[in-house]
Amino acid sequence: MTIQQSAPSPKVSVEDAVFTYQEDAAPAVDHVTLPIAPGEFVAVLGHNGSGKSSLAKLLNALHLPTQGAVYVCGMDTRQEALLWDIRQRAGMVFQNPDNQLVSTIVEEDVAFGLENLGVPPPQIRERVDAALAAVQMSDYRAAAPHMLSGGQKQRVAIAGVLAMAPEIMILDEATAMLDPSGRREVLDTMCTLHRERGMTVVWITHAMDEAAVAQRVVVLQAGRVALTGTPRQVFAQVERMRALKLDVPPMAEMARLLRARGVPVAADVLTVEEMVEEVCRLSSKT
Amino acid sequence: MPIVIENLTHTYMPGSPFQATAVHDVSLTVGDGEFLGLIGHTGSGKSTLVQHLNGLLRPTAGRVLVDGVDVFAKGTDRRAIRHKVGLVFQYPEHQLFDETVAKDIAFGPHNMGLDKEHVEARVLQACQWVGIDYQALGDRSIYELSGGQMRRVAIAGVLAMQPQVLVLDEPTAGLDPRGREDILTMVQRLHAEQAITVIMVSHSMEDVARLVNRIVVMNKGRVAMDGAPRQIFTRGEELRAMGLDVPEAVRLADALRARGFAIPPEACLPEEVCAAVAQALGEVGAC
Repeated sequence: MTIQQSAPSPKVSVEDAVFTYQEDAAPAVDHVTLPIAPGEFVAVLGHNGSGKSSLAKLLNALHLPTQGAVYVCGMDTRQEALLWDIRQRAGMVFQNPDNQLVSTIVEEDVAFGLENLGVPPPQIRERVDAALAAVQMSDYRAAAPHMLSGGQKQRVAIAGVLAMAPEIMILDEATAMLDPSGRREVLDTMCTLHRERGMTVVWITHAMDEAAVAQRVVVLQAGRVALTGTPRQVFAQVERMRALKLDVPPMAEMARLLRARGVPVAADVLTVEEMVEEVCRLSSKT
Repeated sequence: MPIVIENLTHTYMPGSPFQATAVHDVSLTVGDGEFLGLIGHTGSGKSTLVQHLNGLLRPTAGRVLVDGVDVFAKGTDRRAIRHKVGLVFQYPEHQLFDETVAKDIAFGPHNMGLDKEHVEARVLQACQWVGIDYQALGDRSIYELSGGQMRRVAIAGVLAMQPQVLVLDEPTAGLDPRGREDILTMVQRLHAEQAITVIMVSHSMEDVARLVNRIVVMNKGRVAMDGAPRQIFTRGEELRAMGLDVPEAVRLADALRARGFAIPPEACLPEEVCAAVAQALGEVGAC
């Protein structure tokens, strides 16, 4: 195995990558360079067709770059011999909870990947239990997946990936089909894994409030990085986000409305609590 | 064409170990031209309830009257009721099946027994309503469309039957912000211009606050609240107890009121809350 890893190297490195589905078509990913640091939580935004999912699939070698390169933990995704290693380190959770669970019992589903790797049964037991505990689904270990809620199913899918001991998790609109409480469950689960285990997370979403919890937001447009920065920096650009056919969190829009009326709140407010503080700050200034 | 729901109860798989009552004794009247938002936590019975409105599900107890006709009475023409009450399921694009966009939209009116010319006129009309360019896309395969376009074609298939009541079960689920906005604008226009009664199941408090004139909140199979958005959103605590929330603008208004700012209780949309905040600050001389 040829793992070239120098000291502070990024966990994932997308280097001038191009990905084209058909030869004559416009590239879905167009010269994207994106290093992702170990333990970083990156949200990827963009309207449908902007290249988010294509980029996600480049990150665990489901797609291979047409030009440029993608490195996962230092491994070049174009090296076929490293494929399984790469997929084990970069786990992916998809949008539809019903398309990802294969077994009729929750814990068997979580064990599926480990069984395929030929991990000894006592170890499988241990890792499955730990993974279910990490997503708070231990009580449902013997349940049938189809009896679970959408949020619970997605947490089981996350446990299935976690059992493989990945270093990076890529969630491709993993909350798009969930109700608000399911969304919160899944996002909270990933935030906890990020905070407590230093998991590197790539969170692809249409929900701006979810992107607001990330450390960095990357906005794609026509396969290119159109905007990047902290959620505060990105969401303060309300007009620019609109031009990219995207929304901003409700309080960023509220800040824009207030500023347009001449109320000088900060432009980079993201939450209701921050807005309350801003308004109080202004009212105490006489 | 009012819809009257009388003491409706629905139990799934009665007599089996999986027996579950999804709707308990619900009574509700939806009048002509209303735009009703149906909200509730997953499992609260919203989808079960709406599937009774055109007779897809048979009530375990109680009845549904569409334009005075009991949907499940002996001799009721349920096909005719399904033409009057159009139901758009969640992810309706999964049900597109025909070769082309035009043929798929024509399926409903064709089955109504209309002749070719009328069918075509309705397909054209429906395309226009949902903003699908018939000339450019009519002969395309549905697989050549984007997700948002597929959703609109699926809705056009229901609209082509020219229903008087349109029931939409989470019509924007899974779409991107622009796709969501397109669908909601379209529904709003249909309601305003065609005087269609709209019943929309939604998880988005922001959308509901902006669009509907009446909200029905379901909880554990029962109607927990029924009223204008402004009234409903004053009950934030109760909504949170049901796993729901109020729009963020309302949360801001509540929080500021708790800090002593004079935000009128009827401020509910972002623009209204913004105006109230500006005024409150103006009064203390900060602006």
